[in-house]
Amino acid sequence: MSWFTRKDKGIQTPTEFKREAPDGLWYQCPSCKKAIHTREHRLFAYTCSSCNYHEKIGSQDYFELLFDQTRYTELDALMSSGDPLNFVDTKNYPDRVKATELKTGLKDAVRSAYGEMNGLPITIAAMDFSFIGGSMGSVVGEKIARAIDYSLEHKQPFLMISRSGGARMMEAGFSLMQMAKTSARLALLDEAKIPYISLLTDPTTGGVTASFAMLGDFNIAEPGALIGFAGPRVIRETIGKDLPKGFQSADFVLEHGFLDFIVDRKDLKDKLTSLLGMLQK
Amino acid sequence: MRTLLEFEKPIAELEHKLIEMRKLAIENNVDVTATVQSLTEKILELKKETFSNLTRWQRVQLSRHPDRPYTFDYIEKMCEEFIEIHGDRSVADDKAMVGGFGNIDGEFSVMFIGQQKGRNTKQRQYRNFGMPNPEGYRKALRLMKMAEKFNKPIVCLIDTPGAFPGLEAEERGQGEAIARNIRDMFMLKVPVICIIIGEGASGGALGIAVGDRVLMMENTWYSVISPESCSSILWRSWNYKEQAAEALKLTANDMEQNGLIDGIIPEPLGGAHLDPEAAAAKMKAVIKEELKKLCAMDTRARIDARIDKYGKMGVVVE
Repeated sequence: MSWFTRKDKGIQTPTEFKREAPDGLWYQCPSCKKAIHTREHRLFAYTCSSCNYHEKIGSQDYFELLFDQTRYTELDALMSSGDPLNFVDTKNYPDRVKATELKTGLKDAVRSAYGEMNGLPITIAAMDFSFIGGSMGSVVGEKIARAIDYSLEHKQPFLMISRSGGARMMEAGFSLMQMAKTSARLALLDEAKIPYISLLTDPTTGGVTASFAMLGDFNIAEPGALIGFAGPRVIRETIGKDLPKGFQSADFVLEHGFLDFIVDRKDLKDKLTSLLGMLQK
Repeated sequence: MRTLLEFEKPIAELEHKLIEMRKLAIENNVDVTATVQSLTEKILELKKETFSNLTRWQRVQLSRHPDRPYTFDYIEKMCEEFIEIHGDRSVADDKAMVGGFGNIDGEFSVMFIGQQKGRNTKQRQYRNFGMPNPEGYRKALRLMKMAEKFNKPIVCLIDTPGAFPGLEAEERGQGEAIARNIRDMFMLKVPVICIIIGEGASGGALGIAVGDRVLMMENTWYSVISPESCSSILWRSWNYKEQAAEALKLTANDMEQNGLIDGIIPEPLGGAHLDPEAAAAKMKAVIKEELKKLCAMDTRARIDARIDKYGKMGVVVE
């Protein structure tokens, strides 16, 4: 008999207490449990200095990490979701969007901007998982398409930072067609021979993997990121077996030939600069 | 033995009655012409009423009807000649994705590509229930590039419950395979017509469904997720598939109204499975008509129009 028994089964932290980035003085790494000063954590680009766990960060953090002196111009900052299907499940869609906007301060699951990275002009689009699981609806598709247009027009490299559960069901058919819309623009970028780097972060699955995230000239990933088409639960149900350890991890995807390299976030800016520099010389 | 969906039963009952009556008339040598005629009219009326008032979930059921014509059925009925082509030249020949050159009325040589479902348990397994693996999508792309090389139009017939969510599929890059198809289909220099003939589930469908004309057969569905999976994710239960189907607006009518497809091919009354010949004849006529228009276009104009069309899809507030 144990000394203590758990009274409630399956205790779960309510979503409002879950944080993407910590705001206290100390940060506890969810992987190795080590406490790190938040200043140090930020200095290490929100990765754990002891186990290299990459905290899930959002578009703002990436813009700050990558654009010189955090100077950038955001594109389509005010674009937000419509409700083309009058979609209602347990909640209606506009209410869901409103609630998420209030909670996150974001307009949708992607933000795009242009600026300079170590002096090199670049357009970056980065996804926010905190906005309905980083799901892709019309806004995500449209903003990415326009960011690619900006790259095309100004002949500057495009960096896409994906972090998404896939399609946004509440936009059904419209959501599906964003896969086509974004891929179409990438076909034009490809034709114009402008470099496209796709950075896959934890997690990148579903329709995002099956469209722009896998179409980079360079597909790169953060360590430990879950990357796949079908989610692990669906696959487990399909094959009726437990999945091997490390299945769909960045290492696994690299090993199977679908990634060019894995890069630590704190080295990201410099490595991308070297790579793009080599393409220009 | 015909498989009957719940809403097909009252019609089948009347049809059965009609047969019984005719039998009775012959056995007893009585004149039943008047009753037969009124019953035939009644059947037609009931059919019209039933099939013009189908719920979205009933359409989904029709799209999966076990007697529905599949890719090979249409190809066989539309082409005088067909030569199947196998393999992705890399890993395997995916039996869930089929294709080859076919000849339509001696006018067009067409590259047909489509997901193939099986008719009985053994065939269904052999065809993996119409769920392609990455090699299926790569096979499809190989065939498309071959069509492009020989300047032949492409017709894709879409009928899949989704790309296969298996372990090996992930290992071999299911996401990458679909993504590449979607992107590369935009740049194909030949006309591409895509027709949803049954189920059009998500990326697994879109992986062969980017085209100059995207059409849906009347009783099919096309969306980002199946009603069942949508129910399980949003309602956390499998029991809300009817509501999910309504919410997803996944029928041909819905998709056309939302500007996400280019048109609908009408099916024989009661569904394509009741008269596959007529369904295929209608499809063939539409393909010929569209190909004539598309072949007359300049190559680059056709590609640009294809890209622009998808560029307009989506509703945002600015």
